[in-house]
Amino acid sequence: MSFVFAGLFTPFHYQFFNNGIIVATIAGALCGLLGVFVVLRGMSYIGHGLSHAVFGGAAASAVMNINYFVGAGVWGVASGVIIGRIARRRLIGADAAIGVVTTASFALGLALLNRYGQAKKSIEAVLFGSVLGVKTIDIVAVSAVAILSIIIVVALYRAFLFATFDPEVAQVSGVRVAWIEALLMGLLSLTILVTMRVIGTLLISALLVIPASVARMLTNSFARMLWISPIIGAVSAFTGMYLSYFLDTSASATVILMGTLMFIVVYAVTGLRGRTRISGLHHI
Amino acid sequence: MIGEVLVECAHMSCAYNSTLAIKKIDFTIRKGDFVGIVGPSGSGKTTLLKAILGSISPIEGHVTKKPQLRMGYVPQVETVDWNFPVTVLEVVAMTRSSTGRLPRVTKDERADALLVLERLGLGGLENRHIRELSGGQQQRVFVARALFHRPELLVLDEPTSGVDVRTRHEVLHLLADLHDEGVSIILSTHDLNGLAAHLPRLVCLNSEIIADGSPVDVLTPEVLEQTFGAPMEVLIHGGMPVVVDGVGADIAERMSRLG
Repeated sequence: MSFVFAGLFTPFHYQFFNNGIIVATIAGALCGLLGVFVVLRGMSYIGHGLSHAVFGGAAASAVMNINYFVGAGVWGVASGVIIGRIARRRLIGADAAIGVVTTASFALGLALLNRYGQAKKSIEAVLFGSVLGVKTIDIVAVSAVAILSIIIVVALYRAFLFATFDPEVAQVSGVRVAWIEALLMGLLSLTILVTMRVIGTLLISALLVIPASVARMLTNSFARMLWISPIIGAVSAFTGMYLSYFLDTSASATVILMGTLMFIVVYAVTGLRGRTRISGLHHI
Repeated sequence: MIGEVLVECAHMSCAYNSTLAIKKIDFTIRKGDFVGIVGPSGSGKTTLLKAILGSISPIEGHVTKKPQLRMGYVPQVETVDWNFPVTVLEVVAMTRSSTGRLPRVTKDERADALLVLERLGLGGLENRHIRELSGGQQQRVFVARALFHRPELLVLDEPTSGVDVRTRHEVLHLLADLHDEGVSIILSTHDLNGLAAHLPRLVCLNSEIIADGSPVDVLTPEVLEQTFGAPMEVLIHGGMPVVVDGVGADIAERMSRLG
């Protein structure tokens, strides 16, 4: 019995696993927090697009031998601001414009890695994430972005709420909506940047959407969503990472599957009330 | 006595991309005004309101506002997601977002908000989710939110669009009360008989200002045909103009002949 119990702690004997599970858990909470805005603003496609755009920056920085956080960070934040402006102004069909910008960035990243990089290994690591490469700097980076996000969301809570619910009236009432949106896009880009190496490009948008959607089913309060969603994100990430060790499955895929399982359970348990609440999130 | 100028549009034109929505408008709102903007769909009513609010910039001419003018805006109810997870109190308190620093609504703000809600007949609903309200209540929540900002000028876009007769009466009485209390008001409406004819000042708009004056002066068959591009008749009932659809009257006459 004690042997089995001791076995449950085996993964924590490995430093790489400890680093990975810390980054994933903080990343889950961070994605859960910002995911509330992503889901309520109908920006799910932007999260998906941003992760693809950041991939281009990651590839370019690898090929040019620039620090990952600097290269992909500048690229990602710039992409985020551009995407935010396109989405806000709706000048040329936002969906199409974002699709072109982000997939072009993604394709450029693939081409660069094919041409100059150690293609297959690098691409797989960035697309699907990897716990093996997680270093102390990743823990510091994801923690810094999480603290920054919490400070900004708490300090500008009302402006974020107003700009999310009714941007036009918020603008008239003195809220600098364009600035709030740029800030949110910047935080989203930073979040994707610091979590991409563990969760991967392809699955990160799910971590932005699923916890917030589960939280929406559980509450009718914006304020409560802001703490329920990070908890769900963190629990999905922790349990997903932990189980992936024993199941010998991709860590990021298991994280998302844990989130999906929570979604299904909450969807079933909350019944009509939960379904009614989530029915307004028609864009996800 | 003529009130001070709150907003002045001088030779103002606004456009979306390259399509002109309003052309060379000269228009003034003074303290104490209660103005209705009427016109067909696409005539530039909402564009004019947005230019006054500062949401869009004119491509020609300019809008001048009284310095530090506090404006409250009541958009059409369908512009927001009523499934959004907020309570009535949270919606009302939103307009102090630029001044309120604490995430939670403070005691003073709550007391102020409850007064406004009580004033609008929404007492006791402050903790309700906004989805649980009727259409008329939702409209009044928007008015409450605008009033919470303590506006000098209240701007309303189609405040009676899609509401029943009773709610329309409630909205009209409420606006009249607010006007009596010193709030200047400008609104857009399609509702010629139910709302526009009751206002002290009407502006007929179809990209340009066709007429500006009291309902009796403005609601004439000539002005209405020029504004709406369709024949209309005007009857006087109890000293107030009543607009009758000219085509409707024609059809009624043909139908009676068939009978």
